[in-house]
Amino acid sequence: MTTANENAVAKYKNNFLKEVEATVEEGHWVKMCMQCGVCAGSCPFGPHWEHSPQKIFMMIRAGKREEVLKSDSMWMCTSCYNCMVRCPRELPITHIMHGLANYAYRLGLSPKGQPNQAIAKLFWDSALKYGRVNELKFSLAMYFRDGFVQGVKNALAMQSVGLGLVKAGRLNPMEIISGHTCKDTSGIHKMIAKAREIEDRRRGLA
Amino acid sequence: MTASIATNQTILVVGGGIAGMTAALEAAECGKQVILAEKTPTLGGRTSLLYRYFPKMCHPTCGLEINLRRLRGNPNVRVMTMTEVAAVTGSRGNYAVTLKVKPRYVTENCTACGDCGNAVSAEIPNPANYGMDKIKAAYLPHGMAYPQRFVIDPSIAATPEGEKAKAACKVDAVDLGMQEETLELTVGSVVWATGWRPYDANKIQPYGYDRYANVITSLEFERLADPRGPTGGKLLRPSDGKEAKNIAFIQCAGSRDENHLRHCSRICCMATLKQTQYVREALGDAGKSTIYYIDIRAIDRFEDFYQNVQKDATVSFIKSKVARIALNEENNSPILHGVDTEGYHRYASEHDLVVLAVGMEPEVTGVKLPDDIILDSSNFIEGSKTEGMFGAGSASSPLDVNRSVQSATAAAMRAVQVIHKTASTEAA
Ligand SMILES: Cc1cc2nc3c(=O)[nH]c(=O)nc-3n(C[C@H](O)[C@H](O)[C@H](O)COP(=O)(O)OP(=O)(O)OC[C@H]3O[C@@H](n4cnc5c(N)ncnc54)[C@H](O)[C@@H]3O)c2cc1C
Ligand code: SF4
Ligand code: SF4
Repeated sequence: MTTANENAVAKYKNNFLKEVEATVEEGHWVKMCMQCGVCAGSCPFGPHWEHSPQKIFMMIRAGKREEVLKSDSMWMCTSCYNCMVRCPRELPITHIMHGLANYAYRLGLSPKGQPNQAIAKLFWDSALKYGRVNELKFSLAMYFRDGFVQGVKNALAMQSVGLGLVKAGRLNPMEIISGHTCKDTSGIHKMIAKAREIEDRRRGLA
Repeated sequence: MTASIATNQTILVVGGGIAGMTAALEAAECGKQVILAEKTPTLGGRTSLLYRYFPKMCHPTCGLEINLRRLRGNPNVRVMTMTEVAAVTGSRGNYAVTLKVKPRYVTENCTACGDCGNAVSAEIPNPANYGMDKIKAAYLPHGMAYPQRFVIDPSIAATPEGEKAKAACKVDAVDLGMQEETLELTVGSVVWATGWRPYDANKIQPYGYDRYANVITSLEFERLADPRGPTGGKLLRPSDGKEAKNIAFIQCAGSRDENHLRHCSRICCMATLKQTQYVREALGDAGKSTIYYIDIRAIDRFEDFYQNVQKDATVSFIKSKVARIALNEENNSPILHGVDTEGYHRYASEHDLVVLAVGMEPEVTGVKLPDDIILDSSNFIEGSKTEGMFGAGSASSPLDVNRSVQSATAAAMRAVQVIHKTASTEAA
């Protein structure tokens, strides 16, 4: 059986821009970038990651498929939207960055162990399972993802924040036992399965 | 001025900049009757507020002088200053126009001796220098003003200051009782040569024009370079009056940007290339100009101008649209942040002064125009539905002086055709 990645390579040959346009959310905007550099200079994290949006978009057009999909830059985006509101060409940059991250993940190319990716996955797993995010289980899973000892350390370090959330009614300690779900979890599971099926077919990931 | 004698054989030209003057003269020299209505107290428009103009780096006097001489010698043009068009109705060959004439408080008797200006002490921000300095409230708009007639600012007309001006005038040209007048005319065709205005730099939030004294516009820089400007031609920083030696120019400030003006303003690349030569003229090898740009658009035959500037060692080019400007609090110098496209290097560069090459937006943006007028997506005038009104010069597209003049000549010829056709249908 061929993988989704092999299928994509075979289908789009060396035309990575075309691939992005067909498979990445808002990917059809990439060709509109005029390489002015405003997004790169506006990103608060700019100095700390390797590929700014400007650079990613140029790399896509230059066919640097592996480098783009394996980059951890898309995972560093905090969704501050600074780039997006300033882009003179109105590219939905933030959405494209998330779209690329998602596509890379689905192809199995995204960098393993990238912390933001791990968090995103925990978040979604929780949401998909319960129909809502169980904040407590989500936080604990996050703390303990690097093993028990580190988990205890993390939990202690975050203690005051956690207590604050409990006081404000934002975090319910009882959730660890029952954890309320939405009314019809199996209905949610079916909806999501269907949505995924449609999406995968459209993006050639089926 | 005698009673109006406009008919449907008359052409109205709105706006007395280089384009309006040209359109009026071309039509008048074909024997047509023309009314040239200008809303400010003088003809000349924005060209007269440039220090020099590309490509030949001549002073605006030379272009304007020729046109003024043609104008003085031509009885077919009636010039009306301080006059705005309030309404236009009708269609090709027959327009009813309402004009509003503001009081100048000075009559045609004025000899421009300046006694009134010397007599008053009240001052107003100088419109010819974009308010960077002050002038007396009884003033001549600028050295090239046409007509050469003083203006009394409405703020002093009804005050003892106004009376001082009146008392000082030896030829009794000051008339403080003047009122705003409304005139109704019939004309056959209208040429809109209403020109452009700079895009409001305050709206470009990340550049801090509203917050930082040493971030100025390209228009203000023209005035700094001009010996008749607020600094007598010295390139001084607004914050501390020190000489600015290391000057940054930011291209496309408000242009080519869906958040601001979506069009390329076309002249600002050339304007900046020109302004680097002001820096050289003022400071020689000690001056330093840095141009931050997306791409340089030195339209067609100006490519050689660009190449010459590229050879100038005091000028450097950085391919990058600046993302934001911060301030060095100690010396008030702006620090430019961004990433350059040739190599993706991140920079934080300090300059003494930043000049924003602001975009051109049509002066009529936000103004109620006749329903008949067709505008493009940036509010430039494309024409009118019944083809009796035309855009000319920078009102029709972001154009330099040379192309404004060409466009105005074309518009004048179209207006003349309208008049001819109206005359022949009426004769038949
Ligand atoms: C920084 C800068 C530098 C430039 N340098 C150069 C250069 O070196 N060389 C060059 O070729 N070009 C240059 N330009 C472009 C030049 O300024 C324009 O090409 C020129 O001003 C166009 O003339 P115009 O008559 O079309 O418009 P304007 O000069 O804008 O004249 C329009 C006139 O219409 C009047 N008006 C407006 N609305 C009304 C109304 N409703 N009723 C009555 N009157 C009205 C205005 O008061 C004005 O007098 C520069 C532009 C900028 C921004
Ligand atoms: S701001 Fe927009 S046009 Fe400029 S480089 Fe970034 S994505 Fe491209
Ligand atoms: S002429 Fe140059 S500075 Fe002006 S909008 Fe066009 S590209 Fe930008």
